[in-house]
Amino acid sequence: MNIRNHRAVAAVARYEQIPLLAALVVICVFLTIATNGLFFTTGNISNVLRASSIELIAALGMTVALVAGQVDLSIGSLLAVVGVTSVMAYNDTGSLLVAILVGLAVGAAVGLVNGLLVTKIGVNALITTLGMMALLRGIGYLSTNARALQTEGDSLKTLGVGYLGPIPVPVVIAAAFVVAVALLLNRTVFGRYLYAAGGNPEAARSAGLPVNRIYLGAFVIVAVCAAVSGLITAGRLNSFQPTIGLGFELNVIAAVILGGTRLSGGEGSVTGTVLGVLILGALSNGLVLLDVNSFWQDVVRGTVIILAVALDELRKRRRRAKFSEASRAEDPVGTDVPAQRRLAEVEG
Amino acid sequence: MTDGGQPILELRGISKQFPGVRALDRVDLEVRPGEVHALLGENGAGKSTLIKIMAGVYTADRGEYLVQGRPVEVRNPRDALDLGVSVVFQELSQVESMSVAENVYFGRLPSVRLGIVDRARLNRQARDLLRQVGLDVDPSTRLGYLSVAQRQLVEIAHGLSHDAKVIAMDEPTSALSHTEIETLFGLIERLKAQGVGIVYVSHKLDELFRLSDRITVLRDGARVAELRTSETSSDELIALMVGRRVDSLFPRTDDRPVRAQDAPLLEVRGLTSADVRDIGFSVRAGEIVGFSGLMGSGRTELARALFGLDKSSGEVRLGGRPVPRGSSAKAVERGIGYVPEDRKGDGLVLVSTVRDNMMLAILRRLSRAGRVDRGRERRLADQMIERLRIKARSAEQTVAALSGGNQQKVTLARWLVKEDLRVLILDEPTRGIDIGSKAEIYRLITAVAKRGAAVLVMSSEMPELLSLCDRIYVLREGAIVGEYGHAEATQEKLMACALGEA
Repeated sequence: MNIRNHRAVAAVARYEQIPLLAALVVICVFLTIATNGLFFTTGNISNVLRASSIELIAALGMTVALVAGQVDLSIGSLLAVVGVTSVMAYNDTGSLLVAILVGLAVGAAVGLVNGLLVTKIGVNALITTLGMMALLRGIGYLSTNARALQTEGDSLKTLGVGYLGPIPVPVVIAAAFVVAVALLLNRTVFGRYLYAAGGNPEAARSAGLPVNRIYLGAFVIVAVCAAVSGLITAGRLNSFQPTIGLGFELNVIAAVILGGTRLSGGEGSVTGTVLGVLILGALSNGLVLLDVNSFWQDVVRGTVIILAVALDELRKRRRRAKFSEASRAEDPVGTDVPAQRRLAEVEG
Repeated sequence: MTDGGQPILELRGISKQFPGVRALDRVDLEVRPGEVHALLGENGAGKSTLIKIMAGVYTADRGEYLVQGRPVEVRNPRDALDLGVSVVFQELSQVESMSVAENVYFGRLPSVRLGIVDRARLNRQARDLLRQVGLDVDPSTRLGYLSVAQRQLVEIAHGLSHDAKVIAMDEPTSALSHTEIETLFGLIERLKAQGVGIVYVSHKLDELFRLSDRITVLRDGARVAELRTSETSSDELIALMVGRRVDSLFPRTDDRPVRAQDAPLLEVRGLTSADVRDIGFSVRAGEIVGFSGLMGSGRTELARALFGLDKSSGEVRLGGRPVPRGSSAKAVERGIGYVPEDRKGDGLVLVSTVRDNMMLAILRRLSRAGRVDRGRERRLADQMIERLRIKARSAEQTVAALSGGNQQKVTLARWLVKEDLRVLILDEPTRGIDIGSKAEIYRLITAVAKRGAAVLVMSSEMPELLSLCDRIYVLREGAIVGEYGHAEATQEKLMACALGEA
C-alpha cells in the first residue's frame, strides 16, 4: 500500500459529490433554456450567489453541528436577534465594527448557552434549541415592539449590498467561510474530533477524546455562523423586521442534508453543503424568473429534497448490505433479542 | 420428582450454526412436569442459544421440538408461547411506560370491540395472575416503577397468561437481593407443585443444588452430561463444565521475564464504582495480568472505572503519580489505553476510515497549531497496516467494511501508535474473532508488554487468560476474590473461585 494509492482513494471519495454536481448542472442548463438565457447572465448568477451566501454561511455552521451529531434549530431566531441587536448598536454608535462585534458576541453567547445546556445538563439538542428558537424569537419581538427597525447610515449596508471589485461582499464572506470550515473539518484536530464524536460518541470516549468540549465547540460555531448570516441580512435591508428568518433553520438543514450530511452524525462535507445550497438557490431563483407561483416553488423544493435524500439512502443501503454478511458472522448471539422477541410476538 | 412422567417438552438433536461458529451440536433436553431442570455451562457453552431456540427467538438448523410427545414447529416466540413454553430472559423485554397489566397481556390485550381495550377486564385478569406469582401491586401501576425482581414476576405472570406448561428462567437471581431470591424460590416451588416444568439457567451451584432435580451440562455447544442433582457434586460439575482443553493454541510468553523485584507501574487501591468495590491490585511494567470471572462479575465495569469512563473513587497510581478519576481524556494523556469489549458499539467510528480510527488518540501529537500533519499520519497508518497485517484495501477504507479480526487490529493499532503507552486495558480482546486472527492478536498483546507497558486483559475465556497472563485475578460480584500466578492457575481453580466454591 503506498501513498499514491491513498490519493486515488481520496479522489474517488470526492466523486461521491458527482451526482449532486450533475444535478446542479442539469438544473442550471434547464433554467437557462427555459428562461431564454435570462438565468445564465452575469447579473443573475451574481444574484443567485449573493442570495445563497446568507444560507450558505449558516449551512456551513450547521454542517459542523450535524457532523458532531448535534443540531441547532435556533439559528433562524438567532439571525433575527443578531440583526436587531446589531442594527440597534449601529444606530447608537454609527460604527460598523461595533455592530459586527455585537452581532458576533450575541451569536457566540447563544451557542455557548445551547452547548452548555446540552453537555452539562444533558437536555437533548433538538429540545434545547427548539426552546431557544422560541425564546429568541420572543426577544426579537420584545426588543422592537414587533415593529420594523430602520437602519440609520450606510456603512452597515456594505455587508449586504457592497462589492469587492466585481464580487458582492456577501459572496466574498461566504467564500472565506467555505475555505475556513473546509480546513477546520479536514485538516484540524478539532475537525477530526467532530467526526469521531458524531460518528460514535462511545468510541470517541474510549479513545480519550473530550467529547463534551467538542460538542460545545460545535454549538458555538453553528451559532456564530448564523450570526454572520444575520449581520449580512441586516446589511441588505433598509429596515429590519423581527419576523425575518422564520423557517430559516429548516431551509438550512434541508440544504445541508441535500448535500449528503447525515442527521445521525459523523458524515458530511463542505463540498456537499455548497452544492446543496446552490441547488436550492438556483432552483428558487429560476422559479421566480419563470414566474412560478411561490406555493409551487415550495412544492418543487420539497420534492427535490425528499428525492435527493431518498436516492442517497438507497445508495448507502446497497453499500451497507455488503458489510452485513461479515458483521453477522461476528455477532452470533444477536444483539437485540428482547426487541426481536416482542416484535415477533406482536406480529404473531 | 416425577421421573416416570411423560416429558412436556423435548428437544432432540438440536443443532445451530452461526456463520463461523457452531453454537449447538446435537443437544438433547427433556423437561418433565413438576421438575426443575438446570442448565449449566461456561459462558459461551450454548445455554443462551438453547433457551432462545426454546423460546422461538432462534430456529434450530436441525433437530426436533416436541411438546407432550407431539412434534411441533416453533418459528417465532408467539408459537412457543401458544404451545405453553415461556422464557424469562435476563434482559427483560418489557415496556416500562406501560402498565403492569398491559405487560402481562402484552401482544393480546382483551378488547371490547374496534380495538378498544377493555381495561376493567384487563386489570381483573391481571390481578389474578399477579396473585398467583405472589406480586402485590396494582395492575394499573406503570411498570417502570417496579423493581427488577417485581418485573421478573410480571414476566412470569405473562408466561402464565399463556397457560405456560414450561417456564425457562435465564439467571433469574443475578439482579435480586436475598429476600427477593427467597420469594422467587417460593414461587418456583409452587409452580412445581402445579406441575409446571422449570428450566433453570444459573452459574450458582448452591442454587442448583437447592432447587433442581436434574442438571444438564453444556460445553462448547454439546451436551456433556445429564445428571440427577442428588447424585452429583460441585467438583464433578466443575470438571464437566471446563473439561480438558488443549492450551497449546496460544503462544506462551516465557521469553518476557518480569522481574519480581521491579516496582509496580500501575497501583490500584480501594477503587469503587457503582459496579465494583474496593478493588486493589498492582501491575509491573511488562506484565500481563488477567481478570477472570463469570458474566456480571464486574470485569467490564472494572475496565471502565479504571479508564475513567465510569465515575469511581479510590486511588489509581501510574509510576507513583495519581491518575485523576472519571476522565478518559486524562487517562489517555497519562498513557493509558483501552480496547472495549464491544468494538463496534464502543470502540470504532464505523463510518470513518481505518486511518481516522487508528490516529484518534494521537491526533494532537501529530499536529502543529491544531493542524494535522497528514503526511505523517498516512505513513504511520500504512506502517501499522503492514506491521499488523491488516487486510484492508487501503488506510482510506471505511472500517465498517473490515472483518472482526481486522477491526480489532485497528483498535489495537490506535494504542500501538502511541509511543508513550504505559498501560493497556483490553476487554474481551478476541471475542468473535477467528482462530487465525486470535493468534496474531495474542502476539500483539505480548509485544505491547515486551515494550514495557503494563497490560490488563479482561476475559471470559479461561484458556486465553491461562496462556497469556503472568497473573490472574478472579472477580465475583464486583470484588476481587482470588489471585493466581501463571504456574498455579488452572481452569478448575479459576472456575471454582469464580463460583465461590474455592
